[in-house]
Amino acid sequence: MEILFALAIGVLSGSGVWLVLRPRTFQVIIGLALLSYAVNLFIFGMGRLTIGRAPILAGADATDVALYADPVPQALVLTAIVIGFATTALLLVVLLAARGLTGTDHVDGREP
Amino acid sequence: MTDLLQHLPMVPIVAPLVAAATILFLTERSRRIRIAIAGLSMFVQLCAAIALLTLTTSAFPDVWTRGVGVYAIGAWQPPFGIVLVIDRLTGMMLTLTAVVGLAAFVNSLAYWDRVGPHFHTLFQLLLMGVNGAFLTGDLFNLFVFFEILLAASYGLLLHGSSTQRVKVSLHYIIVNLVGSLLFLIGVSLVYGVTGSLNIAELPAATSQLAGKERALFDAATSILAVAFLIKAGAWPLNFWLPGTYAAAAAPVAAVFGILTKVGVYVLLRVGSLGAGADVLAAIEGPAMLRPELFRGGMYYLGILTMGYGIFGMLAAQHLARLVAFSAIVSSGLLLTVIGLDIPALMAPALFYLIGSVLATAAFFMLAGMTERAWRSPAQGSSPQAATPEPEVPPHYVPFGVRRTPALHSQDDEVGVAIPAAMAFMGIMFAFCVLLVTGSPPLSGFVAKFALLSAAFHAADDAALAGPLWVLAGVTLATGLASLVALTRIGMRLFWSVTGRNTPRLRVLEAGPVAVLVVLCIMLTVAAGPVMAFLDEAAASLRAPQIYIETVLAGKEVL
Repeated sequence: MEILFALAIGVLSGSGVWLVLRPRTFQVIIGLALLSYAVNLFIFGMGRLTIGRAPILAGADATDVALYADPVPQALVLTAIVIGFATTALLLVVLLAARGLTGTDHVDGREP
Repeated sequence: MTDLLQHLPMVPIVAPLVAAATILFLTERSRRIRIAIAGLSMFVQLCAAIALLTLTTSAFPDVWTRGVGVYAIGAWQPPFGIVLVIDRLTGMMLTLTAVVGLAAFVNSLAYWDRVGPHFHTLFQLLLMGVNGAFLTGDLFNLFVFFEILLAASYGLLLHGSSTQRVKVSLHYIIVNLVGSLLFLIGVSLVYGVTGSLNIAELPAATSQLAGKERALFDAATSILAVAFLIKAGAWPLNFWLPGTYAAAAAPVAAVFGILTKVGVYVLLRVGSLGAGADVLAAIEGPAMLRPELFRGGMYYLGILTMGYGIFGMLAAQHLARLVAFSAIVSSGLLLTVIGLDIPALMAPALFYLIGSVLATAAFFMLAGMTERAWRSPAQGSSPQAATPEPEVPPHYVPFGVRRTPALHSQDDEVGVAIPAAMAFMGIMFAFCVLLVTGSPPLSGFVAKFALLSAAFHAADDAALAGPLWVLAGVTLATGLASLVALTRIGMRLFWSVTGRNTPRLRVLEAGPVAVLVVLCIMLTVAAGPVMAFLDEAAASLRAPQIYIETVLAGKEVL
């Protein structure tokens, strides 16, 4: 599972970086989205990969923390997803505004 | 009374949040109420910041012992809860933010807050993010406050949308989104390796690491450093900065000057906990940051940033762009001093930080005034005049925001016009030049003089002599370059007669510039007491174990 997980992050961030370096705004925003997927998975992985374990301690008999997943990275991922979503949406609006004002979808606002 | 005072660190975050939320419910029609709420919030922030600053000094030892105050949000003690930490450096930065914020707020009332919607909401949220970033003692919380200030800054940069602003916003947002992703990678790596996000807990947690985990942690701190250096405007991560700051509306650019210092502040804070000399002695095992890597990196990046700033200033054709480069130079100087890690240099560097933030803010607002005053519709000769004016709606209206003509016709700038506008701007320009270049007799000179004097004393140590002479040379070169560039632009602005309207200045927009300049003059006059306070602040940075012990004192309560 670790290899699959690592490969997924690697492929996502690799394609993301490549797309961010492209000259068209749409490519850049898709690249940023892929990069943020990769980062979210990465944060998740930092809480160690576990299967079938709940992050919330249940009842008073919860003494062995090894039986539970780490809740902090899950909370971090949720926050990061919300913030990333909002800022990407804002970027999308700016992208459309730039397209409308400059008449081109090049990131510099003019064709090279 | 002391119990109530313990809640004071929340005020700089809560006041702008409440104000921003309240303003959101009011329509543009109730502009006066909006301004009143925003103004009240600014006033509360200023009072709270000054109170916090005073309480951390040794004059009030019974509120927060040893000058460090800790506020556990929701009474959740560390390591589980998030803490706000206030010490002298934080108090200083909060006061600086409140002063510059208030000046920019008043300046915006003359014109800028009416050219688009939600100016005051975004402005308050920006200040909330900045205050929170200064106060927080938790890495992930720092990320959240960074995002708040960045999201607000995106909106403010776009304020008064022109083609130029939308173009630079695109770059600004993309660069900062990538920076945020790097920040997240670094934070999660730190958590994955150490199991903690509390900044005060990290040095002890790191000293236990060995082998691969240590290497992972080093990678995490390096990635985090890149994220902070993007904010601080360090070369080569600052190519977005001059265009962005030059394109922003004048009051917005004035507060953006603080944003670069947020990055510097975080590097200073984490660096003092992680790579300071006393941390090495207090904690067994290796330091959190590899000192040779951190110090060396900051030193060379700082020198290169100043070098880039020199060329940028000499090449700049517009006042706002030149001032943006001077903000880069001041970041570079601070990074260099962080990298050198010499105790005697820190207090002058903090003095320089205060002076440069005030001067940069005043200069940005002055640049905005000259730009508006010199804008001649008939000629359009200067490139600034060639850019579309913000109040003229383009054919394509971004965000579907159509402005009602009643709210802004050309001549609806309210307020009393001040006489002798030209003389006023000329005098303010001269003062700003003296401040930014570090020429005598104003605070810029005091700061540079103290810095260089301390550097020459420290240069007796043969090992440090080389880096310190380089620092002295580059610092003097930045002063010369900015003097040359500003003289050239000043001659073009004030002595050439082509394409100039007689400006009509309002007290509302000119007043804040004058107040900031007067503050700088007061800073010069009161250099002794201020420097004494900064010595204390620098000393507390040298003794991070006080910070660590105070923050983690609640741990035993559990």
